Amino acid sequence: MSSSDILLSAKDLSVRFGGVLAVNKVSFDVRRGEVFTLIGPNGAGKTTVFNLISRIYTPTMGEITWHGEAAGPLALTHQAPHAIAALGIARTFQNIELFEHATVLHNLLIGRHTHRQTGFWSEVFFTPATRRAEIAAREKAERVIELLDLQHHRDSMVAGLPYGVRKVVELARALCTEPKLLLLDEPSSGLNVEETADMAFWIQDIQQELGVSVLMVEHDMSLVSKVSDRVLAMNMGEVLATGTPREVQADARVIEAYLGTVDDVSSLRRVAP
Amino acid sequence: MQILQLLLSGIAQGCIYGLIALGFVLIYKATETVSFAQGDLMMLGAFGAFAGMSLFGLPFWLAAILAVVAMAAFGVLLELVVIRPILGQPQFSIVMLTIGIAYVARGLITMVPGIGTDTHTLAVPYKDQIWKLGGLVVNLEQLAIIIATAILCGLLFAMFRYSKLGIAMQASSQNQLAAYYMGIPVKRLNGLVWGLAAAVAAIAGMLLAPITFVHANMGFIGLKAFPAAVVGGFGSLPGAIVGGLVIGIVESFAGFYLPDGFKDTAPYIVVLLMLMIKPNGLFGEKLRKKV
Amino acid sequence: MRFIFKTSYDQDIRLARHGGHVFWYGLLVAFLIVAPWVIDEYWLAQLTFVLIYGIVGLGLMLLAGFTGQFSIGHAAFLGAGAYTQGVLTNLGVPFPIALIAAAALSAAVGVVVALPALRVKGIYLGIATLSFGFIVEEVFARWDSVTGGNSGLHVKSPQLFGWSLGSGNGFYFLCLVVAVLSTLGILNLLRSPTGRAFVAIRDSEISAQSMGIHLARYKTMSFAISAALAGLGGALYAHKLSFISPDQFNILQSIDLLLMVVIGGLGSVHGAFLGAIFLIAMPQLISMGKDWLPPVIGQAPGLQGLVYGLVLIAFVLFEPLGLYGRWLKIRTWLQLFPFYRKGLFKRQKSFTKSDRLR
Repeated sequence: MSSSDILLSAKDLSVRFGGVLAVNKVSFDVRRGEVFTLIGPNGAGKTTVFNLISRIYTPTMGEITWHGEAAGPLALTHQAPHAIAALGIARTFQNIELFEHATVLHNLLIGRHTHRQTGFWSEVFFTPATRRAEIAAREKAERVIELLDLQHHRDSMVAGLPYGVRKVVELARALCTEPKLLLLDEPSSGLNVEETADMAFWIQDIQQELGVSVLMVEHDMSLVSKVSDRVLAMNMGEVLATGTPREVQADARVIEAYLGTVDDVSSLRRVAP
Repeated sequence: MQILQLLLSGIAQGCIYGLIALGFVLIYKATETVSFAQGDLMMLGAFGAFAGMSLFGLPFWLAAILAVVAMAAFGVLLELVVIRPILGQPQFSIVMLTIGIAYVARGLITMVPGIGTDTHTLAVPYKDQIWKLGGLVVNLEQLAIIIATAILCGLLFAMFRYSKLGIAMQASSQNQLAAYYMGIPVKRLNGLVWGLAAAVAAIAGMLLAPITFVHANMGFIGLKAFPAAVVGGFGSLPGAIVGGLVIGIVESFAGFYLPDGFKDTAPYIVVLLMLMIKPNGLFGEKLRKKV
Repeated sequence: MRFIFKTSYDQDIRLARHGGHVFWYGLLVAFLIVAPWVIDEYWLAQLTFVLIYGIVGLGLMLLAGFTGQFSIGHAAFLGAGAYTQGVLTNLGVPFPIALIAAAALSAAVGVVVALPALRVKGIYLGIATLSFGFIVEEVFARWDSVTGGNSGLHVKSPQLFGWSLGSGNGFYFLCLVVAVLSTLGILNLLRSPTGRAFVAIRDSEISAQSMGIHLARYKTMSFAISAALAGLGGALYAHKLSFISPDQFNILQSIDLLLMVVIGGLGSVHGAFLGAIFLIAMPQLISMGKDWLPPVIGQAPGLQGLVYGLVLIAFVLFEPLGLYGRWLKIRTWLQLFPFYRKGLFKRQKSFTKSDRLR
């Protein structure tokens, strides 16, 4: 495994909020083309790690390095929050942060913002170049709609949509940015069995067909086992174990902190092919 | 000596701003809405006391108490009829609603034949009385404002500290649905808070009346109370008073030492500086959504 | 009932979505063009005011309705444009240049106002803009040498290529052209990435950032455009009234502008013009209605304020989508007749939930 395989690396990442050390010396690497999952109990700091990557928070210590640029490794901690998307890192939010008073299509088109080619004045006069850019953006958005089966919600106002559909729109919007790395925060929370199965297929499609690497926070262990290449277990802001799903699920400390006793876990274990 | 004099008038004026700001902050803490109607509620309170004395011939203290009670009832009624239906709507709509209430209040008062358009004096017992302390000229009206504000703050502080009301208010402002589930009578609470805010406004109006006289445009002073609330931090009750004092003192000194025109704009310049340095005010809250 | 069969993306991007749009708006434009010869002078003057306020309303609608930044001191920009136009025209600067300068100066003031706005939200933003409004009004009053202070400023009438546009037909057409061009410009912005960025900032700043939208840049842009339009409107306002004074740009004017966009319908371009029509028509309706009311009510000085307040309260309580919202409901009723159900536009009952973190 050479270092050019690594897309994102975090080293000794720590962040302190007042007296609380939310994330404590967390280190991990996300390799190109893999699905890497963070698991752990609530409050372990998983979403905080996401927020550190998205630059909503600034780490008190440690660094996050992005290897996705041709020019060389880039320290994310010096980037402004809005620059993260342009680098090719997109994310979804745990509690859904969609643009409520816009249609689904509008939400997806906003996702195309980093690929904008038109300047202010050409937009005011709506030049033919702007029109072409709009149609190109629409075509890209339509491909995502097709992938995620959102056709009949295209013109619906987000505010009126059911929860499951909104989760999918969140995912679609993130995909519209054409990311290299996709941060998914609890993609299956609130979804029923069928929707979770769909989500698993989509994550695999995203990985295999679109070539996007995925960093995911998840609680549904069957989903984790099905799609993840590697897993990192966290508890109280610290790393417990890193490895393949099977290795981590078998780790005694992980079982104690999160998964439950050995007896409980056996029903969750993926059946060997 | 001049400085002490300016300080005194600044503190007195600041107490008025503080009282009006207190009204805003009370409503904000309970319902997270901002009410632009406080200034005009103050004006109604002053007119109420005036009406009590001149129309019904009541002695001052009786008229004052009745005015406060009447305004409190009016505040509760206002909340019931106008504010309650729109709770949960975006903040801006509610602000526009309170602006509408302010217009209606001003319009109605101006329409009262004879009384509405004139300026009246409120015959307070301590009117036009002056004490001389050393070289300091103390206007009793100013002293009354300061003392009354201090007493009122003490009462409110005791009420919030030693009763469940304060906690219930905070709960209902942070998550109304959850407050309902916890058995907090949210609607009654909101009514109570509006009534309280209106009562505080009425007291402010009666304290201010000797200085500015009673007239329909009294309420515009309420606009200066916003800088007070912002300087103190919108979610903080002591902040409202402190903010008011800061604004009052700044205004007083600016009026004396700085050229014409700065007296009225000084509070606003202070606000802008505050927003750039400490956006959430002196005692304010952090406005950040947790994702 | 109309069914639109879509065959190309262009149909979604176009401004006129279907034949009906083209027909009705064409009719409107035709009426506006022949108006000077069809309606009498007094009403033409009122229509000119509607156009002027509509331009200002467009700007405020963009800022408040589409970007979610509520500006309670917007009259400051109106005044900046009015005074710039007045001063420059009196100095002999050609009209088109003065107009552009007025818009540009107002935009610059807008950028200055945006600076504290970038760091604060909600009511704090409102108070910041309110403060700016007061300070700018005071500047107009104190800067005697330039603005004439409290005694006001007379503004010469506009001259374009030797034609005196003055008041009347020429000026009406000038306002019409500016209004139409501004509206088209705003509509174009709204269907492009910039307009969508504004809407994103209104609905969720955090996820707008995660989509790559530079918050500071777009907020500043929104303030600048909004101020430029207000300045443009202000410049035309100055010529129309030919006399301006600082108290025309006070807090009451700012609240009038807000009233306009709220009653018109927040978040829609139509709302700006519907609100302008309301703002100009309401005093006329009140004075016409005065004769039917008993003198104790009809002749009272507070009547106008009272009616404004009641109408505002009524709209916020019963029709939060404004005049445009009501029109949409009527149109839907007509389109779906007799299948219209009251529940189609039902507001969800919502509870207040705080965004604050102690």
